[in-house]
Amino acid sequence: MTGTSAQENSAVATDLAAELAASPVEELLATLDAELIGLVPVKTRIREIASLLLVERLRGSVGLSAGPPSLHMSFTGNPGTGKTTIALRMAEILHRLGYVRKGHLVAVTRDDLVGQFIGHTAPKTKEVLKRAMGGVLFIDEAYFLYRPENERDYGQEAIEILLTVMEEQRDDLVVILAGYGDRMARFFQMNPGMRSRIAHHIDFPDYAVDELLAIARLMLARMQYRLSTDGEATLAAYIERRRAQPDFANARSIRNALDRARLRHANRLVTRPDGAPLTREDLMTIEGDDLRASRVFADHAASPAAGERDS
Amino acid sequence: MRLTQGTFSFLPDLTDGQVNAQVEYCLAQGWAVSLEHTDDPHPRNTYWEMYGAPMFDLHDAAGVMTELREARATFPARYIRLNAFDATRGVETIRLSFIVNRPSREPGFRLERQEAAGRAIRYTIRSYATDRPEGERYG
Repeated sequence: MTGTSAQENSAVATDLAAELAASPVEELLATLDAELIGLVPVKTRIREIASLLLVERLRGSVGLSAGPPSLHMSFTGNPGTGKTTIALRMAEILHRLGYVRKGHLVAVTRDDLVGQFIGHTAPKTKEVLKRAMGGVLFIDEAYFLYRPENERDYGQEAIEILLTVMEEQRDDLVVILAGYGDRMARFFQMNPGMRSRIAHHIDFPDYAVDELLAIARLMLARMQYRLSTDGEATLAAYIERRRAQPDFANARSIRNALDRARLRHANRLVTRPDGAPLTREDLMTIEGDDLRASRVFADHAASPAAGERDS
Repeated sequence: MRLTQGTFSFLPDLTDGQVNAQVEYCLAQGWAVSLEHTDDPHPRNTYWEMYGAPMFDLHDAAGVMTELREARATFPARYIRLNAFDATRGVETIRLSFIVNRPSREPGFRLERQEAAGRAIRYTIRSYATDRPEGERYG
């Protein structure tokens, strides 16, 4: 008797090794690591989900079953921490892990779910849900769904329909809610049913300076620009200062800063005095001066209220 | 008498799994699936009532199957058919249409003969069910 079970156990172990080798998880996580800087909690959670799905398949092969896990998620975090970016990729990830059948993403906001008059909301919400089946439904800024100040608001109706489908058709679609942390917390407080039906609450942390620098390098590489040595040091100083200022939106602020640096870079090339021929290198390289012209560095000279805040 | 209309009409009724597979095929072809219902099954009655709007932009059959479950719960004693519409320019027509729900008792049709001028006979068929007003015909 013990001999047979030992044999079975070794068979399962080899299966696991084979499944691990065949699973796209490692490759998937490698691309995520290459293309997305930081975001450790998110990557950990994706790894856990991948492992669970793998183990669930193995358990199925030896006759153990627990049903499909619930993968509804909520993404919370400050502006520019990559919530939307990850959500957009989540459909593809879950599809490759074999959890959702089709792997498309339907991104909606309040307007797509909530109607304008009585009887308008249910068909609208149901249509969106039907479109999302087999894939991922992404509700950005989900807290707008619920407006406690207006008791005749139809958002509540949309939430109730969502809840039913999230509960009953768990294997047909995955719902991801995203929004800023404090507002989402209030939203869940008002809708405890929603909170309990979402198994994965993932918080997106703010980026550290070196992570933001790495993000900037990645963005520039994608646009086929690069930073000079001076430019690199200036950008680091820029990030330090910009982080301390109000309305800092993590990666989004960096992207905006780089876009403005590109403008100054272009202007510098066009108005340069000597008129020497431009090299490929000139066209690619963003210098420290392109960044140093930013208002962030002139902080002490001018008051922050003057002019555009981000320039 | 079992009503036979549309595609697969001489096959036994499709199971939910088979309907699901047909819908998957329709969606893969880019057709929009819709549901219609009626309690007047005369073969020339082409205008059945729509159950909800046609479902555009679907990727998975689960959405249609949800709608079908609701339609069956709402009209258990009516005929429900599933249509797939091909919007390709120049085609723009129903490609596939089959019955997915039928009343438990189907009384069938009566053949009526009308004696016309001379010794001519005109034939027409009339559903026994339509003797009663709409909504009270089956079940």
